[in-house]
Amino acid sequence: MNLFDIFAIVDQPDLWAARAQMALSLAWHIVIACFGVGLPLLILVAEFRAQRGGGAVYDELAHRWAKVLGVLFAVGAVSGTILSFEMGILWPRLIETFGSVMGLPFAIEGVAFFIEAIFIGIYLYGWDRLPPRIHLLTGVPIVISGVASAWFVVTANAWMNQPVGFVLTDGVVTGVDPLAAIFNPATPVETTHMILAALMVTGFGIAAGHAWGLWRDAGSRVHRTGFLVAFTLGALVTPAQVVVGDAAAQFLATNQPIKLAAIEGLYQSERGAPLSIGGIPIDGQMRFALQIPDGLSLLAFRDPNALVQGLDTVPADQQPPVLPVHVAFQVMVAIGFFMLGLGVWLAWSWRRRRGLPGARAFLLGAIVSGPAAAVAMEAGWVVTELGRQPWIVYGVMRVDEAVTVARGLPIGLFTLLGVYVALTIGTVFVLRRTLRPAPAEPIA
Amino acid sequence: MTAADAVLVLLWAGLTAYALFGGADFGAGFWDLLRGGRRADRIGALVEDTIGPVWEANHVWLIFALVVVWTAFPPVFAAVASTLYVPLTAVAIGVILRGSAFIFRKSVDDPRLERLFGILFGLSSIITPFFLGAIAGAIASGRVPPGNAAGDPVGSWLNPTSVLGGTLAVGMCAYLAAVYLTSDARRTGDPALADAFRARALGMGTAVGVVAMLGIGVLSRDAPALYDGLVARALPVVILSAFAGIGSLGLLYQRRFGAARATAGLAVGSVLWGWAVAQYPHLLVGSLTIGQAAAGEATLVALLVSLVVGAILVVPSMAALFFLSQRARP
Repeated sequence: MNLFDIFAIVDQPDLWAARAQMALSLAWHIVIACFGVGLPLLILVAEFRAQRGGGAVYDELAHRWAKVLGVLFAVGAVSGTILSFEMGILWPRLIETFGSVMGLPFAIEGVAFFIEAIFIGIYLYGWDRLPPRIHLLTGVPIVISGVASAWFVVTANAWMNQPVGFVLTDGVVTGVDPLAAIFNPATPVETTHMILAALMVTGFGIAAGHAWGLWRDAGSRVHRTGFLVAFTLGALVTPAQVVVGDAAAQFLATNQPIKLAAIEGLYQSERGAPLSIGGIPIDGQMRFALQIPDGLSLLAFRDPNALVQGLDTVPADQQPPVLPVHVAFQVMVAIGFFMLGLGVWLAWSWRRRRGLPGARAFLLGAIVSGPAAAVAMEAGWVVTELGRQPWIVYGVMRVDEAVTVARGLPIGLFTLLGVYVALTIGTVFVLRRTLRPAPAEPIA
Repeated sequence: MTAADAVLVLLWAGLTAYALFGGADFGAGFWDLLRGGRRADRIGALVEDTIGPVWEANHVWLIFALVVVWTAFPPVFAAVASTLYVPLTAVAIGVILRGSAFIFRKSVDDPRLERLFGILFGLSSIITPFFLGAIAGAIASGRVPPGNAAGDPVGSWLNPTSVLGGTLAVGMCAYLAAVYLTSDARRTGDPALADAFRARALGMGTAVGVVAMLGIGVLSRDAPALYDGLVARALPVVILSAFAGIGSLGLLYQRRFGAARATAGLAVGSVLWGWAVAQYPHLLVGSLTIGQAAAGEATLVALLVSLVVGAILVVPSMAALFFLSQRARP
């Protein structure tokens, strides 16, 4: 295994293009989708506070955030559509063989998405047309259906990691139990991990915007309150995410040990395996890592002498690429602890003097925390997806068995790349315009 | 009726909803693009107000249809998506451009940018239904064989039936939109604008009717299996569509815009149902039937239960949204 193994697949350009296209569309959509899960909650909190005498600041925040949601939900709805196309365009053999097993959560997710789209329409359009209390209530289904769609769609990914609920004989699926497939062993940890991640991306993402506002105008009450509400959401979720992340790693140790071996760059099975922090896996060895003796065995099995399965227990052609999985995992964990630290800093300052930490470094950290949360979430998906390679359905179907035999996929990939670049520029530009404060009246 | 038939009926009901509501949203983009002259601004404002609150919800019908097909009839989804890779990618890009251009236009105030996003919105509102219609034509003319990208990557969607399907789709969307916007314009107290859309609806309705009649000749040569079904089992539905279409033109002429809405919807909806009846029980013409393509009973029953529960939640909510957005502005 060397540094360039990640590019070795390029000798199959269409397979490479299919994977890159799927990764691009998913990676782009999922950031936006996170806001669809978390932002409605923030908006409702602000509107609730505004109605309970919280003042004009909360009203202003609710309206601003709703504008952001209006743009992001529209962009998310259309960028999510292509994913459902790609399931068949790029991976027809996956759907042909397993559509009847893994399709149900997508159908239910469709219902949840319907509810979300309808109530976002009602909520945004009805703001000045419905009585305030009723209006607040119409926001509740948005929150519920946003979380529900995330849950259902992630169960489908969990199933790809822990495929159950069917019998496969000679490539034909029988005895399908769609509920068993939804409630597969990976579902509890994976769905929880993702929903918490979505709340963190939203919380820190919105907080970062307001931190930027405070950086430029330290006296702004809107930015101060918006920062506190959003950052609190992210900071409250972070410790829970650490616990769930730990549970996810323990789950892997027993259920998907090769993924854990790739995360840790553990090439040989070992008793008392060390935990590698940092480092780069080169030529079958973990180099330059800070190694905590017995750490991995302890974390994975709560036993310093536990045997941790290494990559050598499966043939080379069934091993995931170690370098990107290991690096992505390190990035995710490092960012997680960075956020935990920021949260503790704020809590400490709040306890001492009921205020934000005075240091500019805190604001700077908060500004960084927004993009960092998205990077951590993407890194987590890199771990999940690349760590499953070469399987599309773990242990059952390989990615190269699932892919379309149509040619010319790189053309589609580069076309879409152009579309996404334009979409990114457009979204950022429009969000900046939307949030720009109204020009001040000229002083005569 | 088997569980697979029941799923198919619900799927087709969903597709019909997409055609009638999502289709009209496409059509609104068509008229938005072609607006000009002294009424241009009012047309733009009406289109924005009418589809603004509802287009995302209307768009979900498409996603609903896709996921139902891949859950209930997985080999059909695999065959259609892999063979029709090119037009489906075009639809996906059209959907992305259209939705984002629409919301971007609403969110900026620089007239040049509004124009740019408006043109993008209008063009993608035409391209997207065209390719959706071309895909329908590919399936209906039996150009999608089962398997992994087994069909002709270009000829499957570039052929007389697909061109007919695409043209009809764009025309029907524009027709529906013109009919709906006629009564929307009247409701907002702008009878002159209502008359402008009435003229557009009469023109487009006539054009679609002519294309459909010419189309029958195309189908008899290019899609014989579909043609045989249309002139036999599906004939009553075809006739219903024709009468509803002519009726809606008459109602428009008499300025009975509310009733014209219903008959125009009936005319377009029965085109879809006529296609389904003509092709039944084949999902892929000449190869896969419903029985051969359907998932197992457990999946179908679970899906049916989900769809029924879903309908109980979605239909009243959707009605509430339409009711709210159709109330005259305070």
